[in-house]
Amino acid sequence: MIAEIGAFALMMALALSVVQTALSAAARIRRSSVLAGAGEGAALGAFLGVAVAFAALMHAFVTSDFSVANVAANSHSEKPLLYRVAGTWGSHEGSMLLWCLALTGFGAAAAGLGRGLPRGLRAVTVATQGMLGVVFLAYTVFASNPLVRLAQPPVEGRSLNPLLQDPALAFHPPALYAGYVGMSVVFSLAVAALVEGRVDAAWARWVRPWALAAWSALTLGITLGAFWAYYELGWGGWWFWDPVENASFMPWLIATALLHSAVVTEKRGALPGWTVFLALAAFTFSMLGAFLVRSGVLTSVHAFAVDPTRGVLLLIILGVTAGLGFALFAWRAPSLQQGGVFAPISRESALVLNNILLAAATATVLLGTLFPLIREAADGEAISVGPPYFNLTFTPLMAALLILLPAGPLLAWKRGDARGVLQRLWAAALIAVGAGLATLALVSPHKALGAAGVMLGVWLIAGALAEILERVRAFRVPAAESWRRLWGLPRGAWGMTLAHLGLGVFVLGAVFETTWKVEAAEALPVGGSLDVGAYHVALDSIRPVEGPNYEAERAGVTVTRKGEVVCRAEPERRLYTAGGQTTSEVGLCYRGSSHIYLVLGERREGAQGPIWLVRAYWNPWATLIFLGPVIMALGGLISLSDRRLRLGVGKAARETEA
Amino acid sequence: MSWLPKSPKARRRLTLIAAIAPVLALAVGLTLWGLSDSISFFYTPSQAAEAKPAPGRSIQLGGLVEAGSVVKHPDGRVEFTVADQLASDRVVFQGDLPDLFREGQGVVAIGAFRKDGVFEAKRVLAKHDERYMPREVEKALKEQGEWYGDGQRPEHKGPAR
Repeated sequence: MIAEIGAFALMMALALSVVQTALSAAARIRRSSVLAGAGEGAALGAFLGVAVAFAALMHAFVTSDFSVANVAANSHSEKPLLYRVAGTWGSHEGSMLLWCLALTGFGAAAAGLGRGLPRGLRAVTVATQGMLGVVFLAYTVFASNPLVRLAQPPVEGRSLNPLLQDPALAFHPPALYAGYVGMSVVFSLAVAALVEGRVDAAWARWVRPWALAAWSALTLGITLGAFWAYYELGWGGWWFWDPVENASFMPWLIATALLHSAVVTEKRGALPGWTVFLALAAFTFSMLGAFLVRSGVLTSVHAFAVDPTRGVLLLIILGVTAGLGFALFAWRAPSLQQGGVFAPISRESALVLNNILLAAATATVLLGTLFPLIREAADGEAISVGPPYFNLTFTPLMAALLILLPAGPLLAWKRGDARGVLQRLWAAALIAVGAGLATLALVSPHKALGAAGVMLGVWLIAGALAEILERVRAFRVPAAESWRRLWGLPRGAWGMTLAHLGLGVFVLGAVFETTWKVEAAEALPVGGSLDVGAYHVALDSIRPVEGPNYEAERAGVTVTRKGEVVCRAEPERRLYTAGGQTTSEVGLCYRGSSHIYLVLGERREGAQGPIWLVRAYWNPWATLIFLGPVIMALGGLISLSDRRLRLGVGKAARETEA
Repeated sequence: MSWLPKSPKARRRLTLIAAIAPVLALAVGLTLWGLSDSISFFYTPSQAAEAKPAPGRSIQLGGLVEAGSVVKHPDGRVEFTVADQLASDRVVFQGDLPDLFREGQGVVAIGAFRKDGVFEAKRVLAKHDERYMPREVEKALKEQGEWYGDGQRPEHKGPAR
């Protein structure tokens, strides 16, 4: 019964989205605030409908109602509660419902929080958001409905893929989707701005909180995904340049570019066309990601069950939505007013350069991701583009961006002073070069490229700190005055500094981990041992373990260094009885920010009894890889809480204008 | 700098072009280099026999793991045969096989042929979940008329070596 209520609510949400689009569009044409209010009410109703459907599906998963086809295919009654809840969005259909929940949720939020926006802009935004809702809800209802009943329900479900039964992956899709779909509001605002012919500082200020919120969520989502890949796949890596990973990374790059170009539009009224273009592109890349992941056109190590017919539908949605958006852009953009001029050396120029580099980097990732398709269409050759391509193309572009980054925030608007900036950064540069040389001298094996990477990471961190010191005029005014200024800094400034600092932390971690990782693998009997780097890993025991829905072999491993016990870990190899699959649970030893990463392989019969293949990695500074993006996301959230960005401010500003 | 155009608009345009051009040149150059050099081709064993990739050149070898061909050595090495309808290749791999590696199912091995014709894999990818098949394998096998639907275990008769 509850599933039927859910299915009905989903249909209602679709109907309400149609109503939302029609009423809001009519409100814009007739300039009627009554119709606009009704359209916003419909937006809220659509969200409630999807929420009811989502709750119904979750109820079916939690109570293991196997008469619902989606539950039967993706759940199992022995599964722990957390994974039965997470199973709601663990499959294609359920995750589409989550997508719709986020989409209508953002639509309702835009309708409810947009009180400060001009009426016309707001009505078109709500109408566009409603149109996106219609498209995706129709797709969910008619092509991948998660609430379909089975005529003959099975006694037991087929279980969720065990690799996905993991806390990080339980929360990875909600964060990722909040990011992907948060870009839809930015998209709708861009369409509205083009319809209204108004892209100015106020518009950029309205876009910014949505872009920031989506960017922060996307950052967290990607980080959770990378962390999951790191400790659940047991390959010792955290990023594989896999199409599915790239699909989430491209919207992130575009959103990053958008955040920076929106600043230029907000402060100086410049680059309006480019900012609108990025706003359209961000959600286009989100949809492209959804298509790439679900259609299975690209071979991915992370692919989940795919269905080509669904892929075609998603491609049509992508083509029509993005096509209309960019057609509108092509039609209206030439009439946009160009903003203020700026000198070649200025904050604006720095941000333009940031955007050029980010756009070029996105283009190389896009080309690398789609090249197998292009090549197959062109001459039928099946190829794959792997990490070497991305290391060769993406890394130098990013390195160029990172070298220039610390100078950007120190440049003045309109006309900057290159020499003054260099004077303020010489200390940071000195620290960075010192750190690079120290790395080259102290860390063995000696690797110049790794040392250069460390230099870059330290340069970013020191540059961010130098920028804060500059803002509080440290060492030039009394310490108490600096302290007072420090607390008086706007949160937006803190947010930016934290984001840049977090990037530096990430670079340090990524460089250290990839350059100085040590790997060892050996087949060991109980009592055997192997060496990885300076550490000695001994396999003490193997014992069977009975989990809630799996059986496992759990190893007792002792890690020693120079005879002293460093830590004990318990890597596991699990057999999920429901699906007959095995997974590895990595054992991690934390040594400061470095990890000793232990994987227990399968049992084999050796000459003297059973042996196990044990793989051990020394991953120096690996924690920083995940800590850095978390700091970046935190920076985004702090910036979001800045008073200047609160949505009411636009209203106040408009009243003073009038 | 009198050679710069006078109008601020034209000046800005010139600056923009000056900034974009080197980045674009760098990106295009790197991309072309990357795409000519660091892509790897996918072959099934019979395609590999035809194309004869140079030893040491990184490729992907895909096909079905021949039933009964998997030999696990005590030192951690694994040997197995990847086959399609027409040919088969012996693969050696140092390390742990993926969790979903099965005899008779599709697999993609990334690595290079040695001079003696044995394929040395650096990584072996099997299906990520039980409903998924490496796409190239599926396509190549369909073309050869050997496709039994996923989940079914074909009675595989690869040519003897």
